[in-house]
Amino acid sequence: MRSANLSPVVLTDDWKNAGFGLYIHWPFCQAKCPYCDFNSHVVAHIDQKAWARAYVAELDRVAAELPGRTLNTIFFGGGTPSLMHPDTVAAVLDHVRKLWPMANDPEITLEANPGSVEAGKFRGFRDAGVNRISMGIQALNDRDLKRLGRIHSVAEAMAAFDIARDCFDRVSFDLIYARQDQTVSAWEDELKQALTLAIDHLSLYQLTIEDGTAFGDRYQVGKLRGLPDDDAAADMYALTQDICADAGFLNYEVSNHARPGSESRHNLIYWRYGDYAGIGPGAHGRVTIDGQRYATECLRAPGAWLSAVETGRAEHIRDAISHEEQAQEYLLMGLRIREGIDRARYEALAGHPLDQATLDHLTDIGMIRANRKKIIVSDQGFMVLNSVIAALANA
Amino acid sequence: MTPLSHIRNFSIVAHIDHGKSTLADRLIQETNTVSARDMKEQLLDAMDIERERGITIKANTVRIDYTADNGEHYVLNLIDTPGHVDFAYEVSRSMRAVEGSLLVVDSTQGVEAQTLANVYQAIDADHELVPVFNKIDLPASDIDRVAEQVEDVIGIDASGAIPVSAKTGQGIHEVLEAIVHHLPAPKGDRDAPLKAMLVDSWYDAYLGVIVLVRIIDGVLKKGDQIKMMQTGARYGVDRIGVFRPAMQPVDELGPGEIGFLTASIKQVRDTKVGDTITHEKKGADKPLPGFKPSVPVVFCGLFPVDSAEFEDLRDAIEKLALNDASFSFEMETSAALGFGFRCGFLGLLHLEVIRDRIEREYDIELITTAPSVVYHIYMKDGTMRELHNPADMPDLTHVDHLEEPRIKATILVPDEYLGDVLKLCQDRRGIQLDLTYAGSRAMVVYDLPLNEVVFDFYDRLKSVTKGYASFDYQMTGYRQDNLVKMQILVNDEPVDALSIMVHRDRAETRGRAMCEKLKDLIPRHMFKIPIQAAIGGKVIARETLSALRKDVTAKCYGGDATRKRKLLDKQKAGKKKMRQFGKVDIPQEAFISALKMDD
Ligand SMILES: Nc1nc2c(ncn2[C@@H]2O[C@H](COP(=O)(O)OP(=O)(O)OP(=O)(O)O)[C@@H](O)[C@H]2O)c(=O)[nH]1
Ligand SMILES: C[S@@+](CC[C@H](N)C(=O)[O-])C[C@H]1O[C@@H](n2cnc3c(N)ncnc32)[C@H](O)[C@@H]1O
Ligand code: SF4
Ligand SMILES: [Mg+2]
Repeated sequence: MRSANLSPVVLTDDWKNAGFGLYIHWPFCQAKCPYCDFNSHVVAHIDQKAWARAYVAELDRVAAELPGRTLNTIFFGGGTPSLMHPDTVAAVLDHVRKLWPMANDPEITLEANPGSVEAGKFRGFRDAGVNRISMGIQALNDRDLKRLGRIHSVAEAMAAFDIARDCFDRVSFDLIYARQDQTVSAWEDELKQALTLAIDHLSLYQLTIEDGTAFGDRYQVGKLRGLPDDDAAADMYALTQDICADAGFLNYEVSNHARPGSESRHNLIYWRYGDYAGIGPGAHGRVTIDGQRYATECLRAPGAWLSAVETGRAEHIRDAISHEEQAQEYLLMGLRIREGIDRARYEALAGHPLDQATLDHLTDIGMIRANRKKIIVSDQGFMVLNSVIAALANA
Repeated sequence: MTPLSHIRNFSIVAHIDHGKSTLADRLIQETNTVSARDMKEQLLDAMDIERERGITIKANTVRIDYTADNGEHYVLNLIDTPGHVDFAYEVSRSMRAVEGSLLVVDSTQGVEAQTLANVYQAIDADHELVPVFNKIDLPASDIDRVAEQVEDVIGIDASGAIPVSAKTGQGIHEVLEAIVHHLPAPKGDRDAPLKAMLVDSWYDAYLGVIVLVRIIDGVLKKGDQIKMMQTGARYGVDRIGVFRPAMQPVDELGPGEIGFLTASIKQVRDTKVGDTITHEKKGADKPLPGFKPSVPVVFCGLFPVDSAEFEDLRDAIEKLALNDASFSFEMETSAALGFGFRCGFLGLLHLEVIRDRIEREYDIELITTAPSVVYHIYMKDGTMRELHNPADMPDLTHVDHLEEPRIKATILVPDEYLGDVLKLCQDRRGIQLDLTYAGSRAMVVYDLPLNEVVFDFYDRLKSVTKGYASFDYQMTGYRQDNLVKMQILVNDEPVDALSIMVHRDRAETRGRAMCEKLKDLIPRHMFKIPIQAAIGGKVIARETLSALRKDVTAKCYGGDATRKRKLLDKQKAGKKKMRQFGKVDIPQEAFISALKMDD
């Protein structure tokens, strides 16, 4: 209990350890992918002007509570933000600049679906201020793209990727692996091919079957066949880390790989447990106001969100989070990244150190490395990270 | 006050599910004892757990009035009894209170093991029997075959058997007439000193202890000062009455009648079933013979999942014990499970019923440990100790030898499954005593160790015979055998709650089975876990649970840390359903499931 009485300044400014970012959620897609449980919807018509107005209004609301901040990163996530009109993106970014000063070299990312990419549009995003694209390519063969319910082919994805590269220095892409009927060696080939395309960043997600999705439903009735078992999935994961590392893409997070220096700085704010304002349907935020950290969440349904912004409040959850909970969140987020967590920071938040017997045990079995300053999850530990976290958090 | 000649007392007995309670319904209905509005199926099975499981656990008494075809008015007292072997004691004491029984046989099933057991009890009690062949509305009903079985297997005359459907009501009138004409009237002397048999007692939240009595001689009135002849306790009678089936006060109970009394008795334990009640003054001088007490034969530990609920558990167990004299308990501490109770039961169903009630009525989640029987340990110094819990096994250097309880099991089974049944009994260290045939069915009698039967024998029997075998047993006594305590080590640490007593020759097989089961039951951990069975220091079986390879959330949803925190809470809740042994989490159900054998 040594650090129970650390000075409150340290605690209330905890977010400064990681910086401040802005997340903007765009909740629309051209088609709903059967595996996806993101807050994404397919609609016939979108009134882009109304959405731009609503984002601007929300920005005003959030900025009023967070004066004097410098913004490090902005992230347009979805859904499919590449469906936004460049004017909508510009309206948002122009307004942001009026509200907060930007850090030097801010990172402004926009997620794109290869099915909705045109050169003109991408130039528009760039002109609005976007400087990084994250593209959902998902698979490098057409049969699998089809099974994933994607609206684009590999050729279209490659064309979209080229357009993005022409406009932006930083382009990342996502792949989903451990797919139906995918063998370890097939994934190895695909990954090697992906690495020849990759510029400086790659997100490689193992397919997760989520409740409430089309895949989830099929899985429950036993109709989603050919998924690799845990052992095969573990082999694929281990192989992925090795191959990426050999190619110079380090796994700086469980599913994210980058050349050193090219990590997603916005996502690092989450994982380092900084402050981030979240606007748009279903967006989450963590914001420190007058020394108290809040978890915020906006209404999820796009229509409800829009009318709420027009008539009142779109943020429907604002929970003060206790220091203990913050410590837990720091642990949950921070152990996902290779740099690990800072013990002093954890202790300052939690009011107590992590359980030493558990740390010793996890070290003994090779799941973590711990020194006086840091706790870092090993490659082996990443594969069972949920268990590692549970052991530490529930000790 | 009904003359003795116009009273008939009888119990309804049968193998489980042959339709006793449904027949009771029809008798109640046919005689308009209960209004149509209040009538429901298996009316007498009033406990939640009875209704849910569709079985009778507690015997129930009802008084009905019947005007026979001859124009005479009769008072009939019926006792509906449970069919399950665990509650056989309820049947035997009910029979002591009446002069005859309706022996119900499901005509689609035929004579089963409890049918036989009931007949033996009836003969013991010097009873008249009226066979009733039930369920004749079903197409599979075969009255001729059942009649033949009754004559061949049981050896009683089936010519007077009455075919009925307790479902449709067909034949019920004939049953009522047979009761009046074929069952004897009770005997008794109104002017003799009071002699009432204490048949049963239970606790009522409003009235305190309610005592079911059968008047043998004399008259019992409200306000009487009474004395229990065995316990010597004295009470003033507050109320007397009869069950219809709701309680109805009466002025007096005379010879041959069955009814209840209340007398500010605090606990069921203050009353002794089988005791003789008489008047304090001018009482009878010789008590009735009394009943053999029912003793718990199966013991297991009950521990709260949440150790903070220990006091709540104590409270629940004490309350349940108030009402159930055949359930015993004492405090137990386990290195692995903390504080709990070692409880004794009449059998596994009784155990399940009590456990269910604690979990549901008192909302306490429980861990149940391996059921064990009572061993007799003969020490070198000549003393004998009872062993209720393998964890308490004393140091072997002081032990001379061990004895275990044995039973006589009777199994009725269709021919084609006989081989499987014999193999099962043989595997369980049985000694065949008898094997006879009745038509296409065999009746096998085995001498078996109770510890081989107590746990999953009946389940196995049902599964090897596709449900066609029936089974009944009685305790016979103790016998010496080569018994050892087997420990289970998980990750090299002994788990006391998984220790069992086992025959030395069966130890390897059981040890291997338990290790394999545990390997399936314990979730994979971040490290590999050896699971071993050992006798003394010697490992006799070993399995290894390999390490968990993958457990990670692949993608992140923007900054949705709440979602991750919820996952953590879920993991935490899941962990609550586990017990920690060193570094290993063992799920609660493992303590029971590990013992199941799929031999
Ligand atoms: N078709 C048909 N079903 C019957 C008849 N009598 C009883 N049953 C059914 O058989 C099942 C068992 O009936 P119960 O009256 O509960 O049997 P029980 O002998 O009291 O059972 P325990 O008290 O558990 O030993 C129930 O589902 C009844 O509905 C009958 O005459 N015909
Ligand atoms: C919001 S989407 C990215 C942009 C765009 N909507 C698209 O799909 O092209 C975020 C990424 O999460 C990943 N993802 C979504 N659902 C997933 C699932 N069930 N399992 C694994 N990865 C998933 C996909 O790789 C997807 O690209
Ligand atoms: S994966 Fe991307 S494109 Fe597909 S539904 Fe989800 S958000 Fe929309
Ligand atoms: Mg019944």
